[in-house]
Amino acid sequence: MEFAFTEEQAMIAQTVQTFFAENATSERTRAAMEAGGIDRELWASFCEELGLSGIGIAEEDGGVGLGMVELAIVAEAAGSQVSAIPLLGLATAGQAIAAGGNIAQKEQWLGPLISGEAIAAAAYAPALKVEGGRLSGTVPFVAHGSLADLFVFVGEDAAWLVAAEDAGLSVVSHTTMDQTRPLATVTLEGANAQALNFAPAREALHAGGWICLAAEALGGAQATLDRTVQYSTERMQFGRPIGSFQAYKHRLADMMVLIEQARSAVYWAACAVDEGAPEAQLALHSAKSFCADTYFECAGHMIQLHGGIGFTWEHDAHLFFKRATSIRSMMGDGDWHREQVARLTIGEAS
Amino acid sequence: MKLGFSAEDEAFRAEAADWLQGQMAGEFRDIVGIPNLVSKVERRKEWERQLAAHQWSCIGWPVEWGGRDATLAQQVIFAEEYARAGAPNRINHIGVELAGPTILAFGTQEQKARYLPGIAGGTQIWCQGYSEPNAGSDLANVKTKAHLEGNEWVVTGQKVWTSLAHFSDYIFVVARSEEGSKGPKGLSFLLMAMDQPGIEVRPIRQMNGEAEFNETFLDAARCPADAMLGERGQGWGVAMALLGFERGVSTLAQQMQFRNELDAVIEAARANGKANDPVTRQKIARAEIGLNLMRYGALRMLSNADAAGLDGAALTYKIQWATWRRDLGELAMEVLGQAGEIAAGEAYEWSLLPNTFLFSRSDTIYGGTNQIQRNLIAERGLGLPREPRGNS
Ligand SMILES: Cc1cc2nc3c(=O)[nH]c(=O)nc-3n(C[C@H](O)[C@H](O)[C@H](O)COP(=O)(O)OP(=O)(O)OC[C@H]3O[C@@H](n4cnc5c(N)ncnc54)[C@H](O)[C@@H]3O)c2cc1C
Repeated sequence: MEFAFTEEQAMIAQTVQTFFAENATSERTRAAMEAGGIDRELWASFCEELGLSGIGIAEEDGGVGLGMVELAIVAEAAGSQVSAIPLLGLATAGQAIAAGGNIAQKEQWLGPLISGEAIAAAAYAPALKVEGGRLSGTVPFVAHGSLADLFVFVGEDAAWLVAAEDAGLSVVSHTTMDQTRPLATVTLEGANAQALNFAPAREALHAGGWICLAAEALGGAQATLDRTVQYSTERMQFGRPIGSFQAYKHRLADMMVLIEQARSAVYWAACAVDEGAPEAQLALHSAKSFCADTYFECAGHMIQLHGGIGFTWEHDAHLFFKRATSIRSMMGDGDWHREQVARLTIGEAS
Repeated sequence: MKLGFSAEDEAFRAEAADWLQGQMAGEFRDIVGIPNLVSKVERRKEWERQLAAHQWSCIGWPVEWGGRDATLAQQVIFAEEYARAGAPNRINHIGVELAGPTILAFGTQEQKARYLPGIAGGTQIWCQGYSEPNAGSDLANVKTKAHLEGNEWVVTGQKVWTSLAHFSDYIFVVARSEEGSKGPKGLSFLLMAMDQPGIEVRPIRQMNGEAEFNETFLDAARCPADAMLGERGQGWGVAMALLGFERGVSTLAQQMQFRNELDAVIEAARANGKANDPVTRQKIARAEIGLNLMRYGALRMLSNADAAGLDGAALTYKIQWATWRRDLGELAMEVLGQAGEIAAGEAYEWSLLPNTFLFSRSDTIYGGTNQIQRNLIAERGLGLPREPRGNS
C-alpha cells in the first residue's frame, strides 16, 4: 500500500503537464473551436512525439502498457488546458477494442488509433437494432462524432465496431456549447457492424471513459483555482488585493477542499481498476460524479470571482465552464452515478 | 501507486483481527462499540492496559517505547481491524495520539523515559490545555502565566473546554513564561500532573447532555522545571507540531467510527422504507462517496507524510471530515424522522445517531473551526494574504 505516485508516474506527470501547458494554448484551442473542435497538430504530436497514446493498451497490442493511473495523469494534464483533442474517444473506443476485440479487429484498429492516423468515438446506443450483422438506428450526442474514422457503439447486450466510411453511416455535427468537444448525431441504415465481446468491451469502455472524464475534470478544476488565485493577487479594489477579502479567500479554500477530494477520487478509481479491486465500480461511479460536480462548481466560482472580465468571450473562464457542463452530462449524469452507488451500498430500491 | 496490501501485511491483519475479536467477544464484551469518551471509564482504562500488555497500544511507536515500529500499511490495517472488531474509542486518545508523538519528537531521553511508559502502558490518561476564555481561535492570545521558582514551574490561569480533564492524570499546558511577551512568542509547553492542590476541574455540560469537557483552573499549580517540552519560550512551535499529529494514522480509526455511523443510517433507512426514496438514496450515496474520499485522502496524506510541508490532502482534511460528519448527522435525523427526537428512557441520553447529530455540531468548532480552516487553506495552501489583526 503506497497511495502516492511512483517516480516513473511523477515523471510522466511532469512531462505531460509541460506538453499541454506549452502546446495547448488558449490561442490554439480557440482556433480549434473554429475548426470542428480539434487541434490536429496537437493530437499528432501527442500521439507521435510523446508516445503516450498507447497507455493502458498492452505492448503486444501495440500499446505502451501501463494502466489507468497513467491514463488519468494524461487526461488530468489535457483537461487542465481544455485541450481540443479526441482523447476521450481513444480512452473509450481504444480500451473497448483492446479488451473486447478479436485479433483481427485489434490489428486493424489499435495501431492507427495509437499513432493518431485514425480517430475514434464511442457512444451508448440502446436504440440500435441489429439484423444480419447490419445496424440501424440513431445515436445522438456522439462526442467528436463528426471527426471519427471509427465508432464503438454499446447497446444493452451487445457492442459493435462501425467504420465511418461505411455507406450505411451518416453523421450530422451540431454547434455545441462546449466547442472543444462538439457533439454529433450518427445515423445508421443497415451499416456493417462487427461485434465486440460485449462484457469486457463495455467494462473497459466505462472504466476508460469515466476515468478520462473524471481526470479531465480534476485538471480543469485545479486550473480554475490556480488561475483565480493568480488573478486575486493582481486585481485591487478598496485599496487591497481582492484575494485578501475573507469571503473571497473562503470560496477559494472551498474550491481547494473539493479539488483535493476529486484528486483522491480519480486516483482511487484508477488504482482500483488497475488492481482489479472489488470496489472498482463504486470508485468509478464516485469519481465520475464527484469530479464532474467539483469542476462545475469551481468553474462557476471562477467566473464569479473574476467579475465582469470573467463573463467575456475573450477570457478563458467560459471554456472551463462549458467543458465542465459537458462532462457533467456525458456518460451518465451525477444522479445516475449516485444511484449506482446507492445500489452498491443500500441495494436495489423496491 | 498501489492500494493493495502485501501477503505479509495480510498475515499481520489476521493476527490483529484474531486478537481484537477474541477480546471483544470475551473479557471486554461489555465495552464493545462505545463511541463516546465518558461512559465506563474504569473498564476502558483496563482495556488500555490490556492493549498495552499485548503490545497493541501504540504500534507505530519505536519498540524501545512500547511500540512495534509498525509500517504505515500495518497501522492502517490495525485501525480497520480495531473498528471491525467493535473495540471502543480509545479513552486515552489524547495521550496516545497527541502527547506521545509530541514527546517522541521533542522530548529528551529522560522525558521520554518519564512519560512514555505511562502512555504506552495505558496507566496515565492525558488532556489538552490549550484553549482559554480569551484564546480560542486566536490561540496565541494565551494568558495563563508560568514562572520558575527554584526548580519548579508555577502556573496560574484558566483553561477551558478541556476534554476529559475530570479523569486525566496529566495535562499539557501552553503558558506564557516570558513576562511582557505577546502572541506566539514567549510561550512554553509544560507537562503537568493533574493530581495536585493547584488544579481544580469543573465539568461543563454540553448540548448533547454529556459532560466530556471542563473548565480547568490553575492556581499556583506546579511541575518540575524539566517538565517542559522544547525550549523555554518556544512552546508555540511544539503546540503547533502537536496539532499536526492530529492528522496521523488515528484519523483512520475515526473514519471507521464514521463508517459505523453511516451503516447505522443505512440500516435505519432500510428498516423504515426510506431506503426506497430516490432523494434519500442520493443523499446516502453522497455520504458514501464522501466517506470513501476521506479514506483515500487520508491514505494520500499518510503516504506523503515524509514530504516537506503540508500537502493539499493534509491541509484540507479537517474541514472535510468535520463537514461530512455534520451532514451525516443531519441525514440521520431526516432518515429517522420524529422518532429520532425521542430518547430511549427518561434520561436526556441519546443513542448513536441522534448523538452523532448533536455532537457533530462541535466537530466544525474544535481543533480549529471551519472558518479558521478556510483561513489556513487560503493562506498556507494558496498563498493568499493573511488576515489583518487588531491591536489587542
Ligand atoms: C467538544 C469540544 C471539545 C474541545 N476540547 C478541547 C480540549 O480538549 N482542549 C482545548 O484546549 N480546547 C478544546 N476545545 C476548544 C476548541 O479548540 C475551541 O472551541 C475552538 O478553537 C474555537 O474557539 P472558541 O470556542 O473560543 O471560539 P471563537 O474563537 O470565539 O470563535 C467564534 C466564532 O468566530 C469565528 N472566528 C474566529 N476567528 C475568526 C477569523 N479569524 N475568521 C473568521 N471567523 C473567525 C469562529 O469560526 C467561530 O465561528 C474543545 C471544543 C469543543 C467544542
